[in-house]
Amino acid sequence: MVDHRASLAVFKLASCDGCQLTLLNCEDELLAVAGKVRIAYFPEATRGVLRGPYDVALVEGSVTTPADAERIGEIRAQSRTLVSIGACATSGGIQALRNVGDVEEFRSIVYAHPGYIATLAHSTPVAQHVAVDFELRGCPVDKGQLLELLTSLLAGRHPRISTASVCVECKLRGTVCLPVSRGVACLGPVTQSGCSGLCPAYGRGCYGCFGPVPGANLASLAHQLAVLGLRPEDITRLLRTVNTAAPEFAAESARQEMMSR
Amino acid sequence: MPNQSTGTEAVLDLPGLQALVDALAATHTVIGPQVSDGAIVLGPLARVDQLPVGMGDDQDAGSYRLRERTDRAVFGYAASAVPAKRWVFPPREPMSRTHDDGTTVSVEPVLARPQRPVALFGVRSCDLAALAVHDRALLARPVPDPWYAQRRAGLFIVVAACTTPARSCFCVSMGTGPAPGAGFDLSLTELVEGEHRFLVTSGSPAGEQLLARLPTRAADTVDRSAADAALRQAAESMTRAMPTDGLAALLLGQPEHPAWAEVAQRCLACGNCTLACPTCFCTSIVETAELGSPVSERARVWDSCFTADFSHMHGGSVRTGISARYRQWMTHKLGAWVEQFGVSGCVGCGRCITWCPVGIDITEQARALARPAGQEPRERKP
Ligand code: SF4
Ligand code: SF4
Ligand code: SF4
Ligand code: SF4
Repeated sequence: MVDHRASLAVFKLASCDGCQLTLLNCEDELLAVAGKVRIAYFPEATRGVLRGPYDVALVEGSVTTPADAERIGEIRAQSRTLVSIGACATSGGIQALRNVGDVEEFRSIVYAHPGYIATLAHSTPVAQHVAVDFELRGCPVDKGQLLELLTSLLAGRHPRISTASVCVECKLRGTVCLPVSRGVACLGPVTQSGCSGLCPAYGRGCYGCFGPVPGANLASLAHQLAVLGLRPEDITRLLRTVNTAAPEFAAESARQEMMSR
Repeated sequence: MPNQSTGTEAVLDLPGLQALVDALAATHTVIGPQVSDGAIVLGPLARVDQLPVGMGDDQDAGSYRLRERTDRAVFGYAASAVPAKRWVFPPREPMSRTHDDGTTVSVEPVLARPQRPVALFGVRSCDLAALAVHDRALLARPVPDPWYAQRRAGLFIVVAACTTPARSCFCVSMGTGPAPGAGFDLSLTELVEGEHRFLVTSGSPAGEQLLARLPTRAADTVDRSAADAALRQAAESMTRAMPTDGLAALLLGQPEHPAWAEVAQRCLACGNCTLACPTCFCTSIVETAELGSPVSERARVWDSCFTADFSHMHGGSVRTGISARYRQWMTHKLGAWVEQFGVSGCVGCGRCITWCPVGIDITEQARALARPAGQEPRERKP
C-alpha cells in the first residue's frame, strides 16, 4: 500500500537537542503527529531512515563547521518545505558568542588536540546559507507553536505564530510588570512572544529567548535599562545569550560594548 | 467635588464592610483589590483583611511602588495594576466550536456562562467610567456583543471613591473622577479621620436592597462633609491633566506632526499601554485545531494596535513603523473614539503612563501635539 502521509525529517546541526526534545515531549500529540506524517528521518526518535526527498524538514542548530555548511545545502535540496527551529537555527544560538570572541583562543583552551577541530569563525543561522520557508523561534521552541506549525503545514496554511512582544503575554496572563514595579531588567518589550510570558510570571526578567520582535527598538530599551541602573557592560551581557547574533541584539550589544570601553 | 448620586446614604464600619462582602459572596464571585507581586491587583476576595490594609501606591511614568500608609485605610491607593475589564472582557473568550466529521461541518456557538455573576468590589471611579465606555462600544450598537453582554448583565458594582490619587492620575481633566459618576450599585467613600468608616450610597435598586440588609447607621452632616472634603482634597491634589480642548482635532488633523516621530524613538511598540488600558477592546480571532481532532475552537484573544500582526493584510503590515502605531493608539483613543462612540476612549486612569516600560506620558504627548510643528524639539526624557 502506498503511504500518502507527508514525510517529515528532523535534522540537527550545532545545537543542544532541546528543540528536538520539545517535539519528543509532545507525548500526547505525537501519536496524532505520527498518524498524519511519515517520520522519515529523526535519529533522536527512531532508527529507521527513509531516503529523501522529504515533504517537511525541521532543522535544529546553527552552522558552525565547514561540513555543516555543506550539509545544509544538501538538506535544502532534499526538502520541499524547510523550517528552521530554535534560537540556534534562527539566529546562531548561544554558540554565536564566538562571533564576538576569538575562536582560535577557545579552540586552544577547550580541546586537548585543537588540530583535529575544523570550525568556522562564526556561528550562523540556517537562513544565512539556504532559503528557509519558516523560522520558529525560541530556546527551546514552544511546544504549542511547534504543533501549530506542523498542523498548519499539513493543512496547507500559513502558521499562526504571533510576532507580538512578550509584554502582550504578560498582560494576557495578568503578570505585574517587573521593570515597572520592581526595577528588574527585562528584555520582554523587544522580544517576540512564544513562551507565554514564562520568566516574568516567576519574577525573572525576560532573557530574550524568542529573539527580537520585528522592528525592535533596542536603543530605547537600552536607554531605559541604563535608567534602571545597568551599566553598558551589563546591557551587553544581557543581550548576549541565546540570540547574541540576532541582528538587532548584536547591533545594540556592540554599541554598548563600545560605550563600556 | 460632591458625590453626584442621590441614593440612600448610610455609614458602615469595618465589620459592616465585611457584612457587605459576605452578602455579595452569597450570590456573586466577589473581585476586589489586594496586594500581589508588589502591586495592587484585582482578584477573588472573601475577607476585608485581604484588602490592601494600610497600603498606598506611588505611581508615575514607568514606575509603580507600593508604599505603607500612616493609617489603616483599605482603599488608600489609585488605579489597580489589573483593570476590571478582565472580568467583563476576558483575555481569551471562546466564541464557537466547529466539528468536521469528514462529511458535514457543524458550527456551534459558544457563550461561556460564568458560573456565578461577578461583583466588582472597591473598583475606582475611572473603572466605572471605563465600564460605561465599554457599554457604549460593545452594547450600544445594532448587534450588541453577546459575550460582553452576558458578563455585564449580572455585574454588581461597588465603587470606592478615590481619596488618594496617584501622580499618574488625571481623571479630573477627563471628568471621570475622583467622585464616581453614575452606573454603580453601591458607592463607598472611606473616612479614616476619627472613627474608621465608610459613607455608603446606593446607586441602583439592587444596591438599595442590599444596603437595607447591612448593619449601617444613618449618615449625618459630619460624615457627609468629611466625605466631600476628602473628595475635594483628592481632586485638588491631582497633578496631571489632559489638555482636552480641541484635542480630537489636533490629533486627527496632524498626521505628520514631528511629535509622532519623536515619540517613536522612545516607544517600544510593546503594547503594554493598550493592554493595561481599561477601555481598549481590540482582539484577534484565533482558530485552534488539534492535529487529528475533528474539532476546532474559535476564540478571541486580546490584541493591540502596537503589534506588527495587528494591521497585517494582504501584502503585509499597514502600520510598519512605530510612529504609525503610536499615532493609531492615541488618535483612536482620544480622537476617533469620540466620533465612533460619542465619548473619549480615555478615562484618565493613568495606567498607560504607569505601565509603559519607558514611561511615555499620553498627556505629555497631547501637549506636544499642541505645540506648532517645528518648535523646540523636546529633550529626550526617560
Ligand atoms: S515584565 Fe517584562 S515582558 Fe512582562 S510586561 Fe513587563 S517589560 Fe514586558
Ligand atoms: S488611555 Fe491611559 S489613562 Fe486613558 S483610560 Fe487608557 S490607560 Fe487610562
Ligand atoms: S487604541 Fe488600539 S488597541 Fe486600543 S481600541 Fe484603539 S485600535 Fe484597539
Ligand atoms: S507607549 Fe509605552 S507601553 Fe505603549 S507601546 Fe510604547 S513603549 Fe509600550
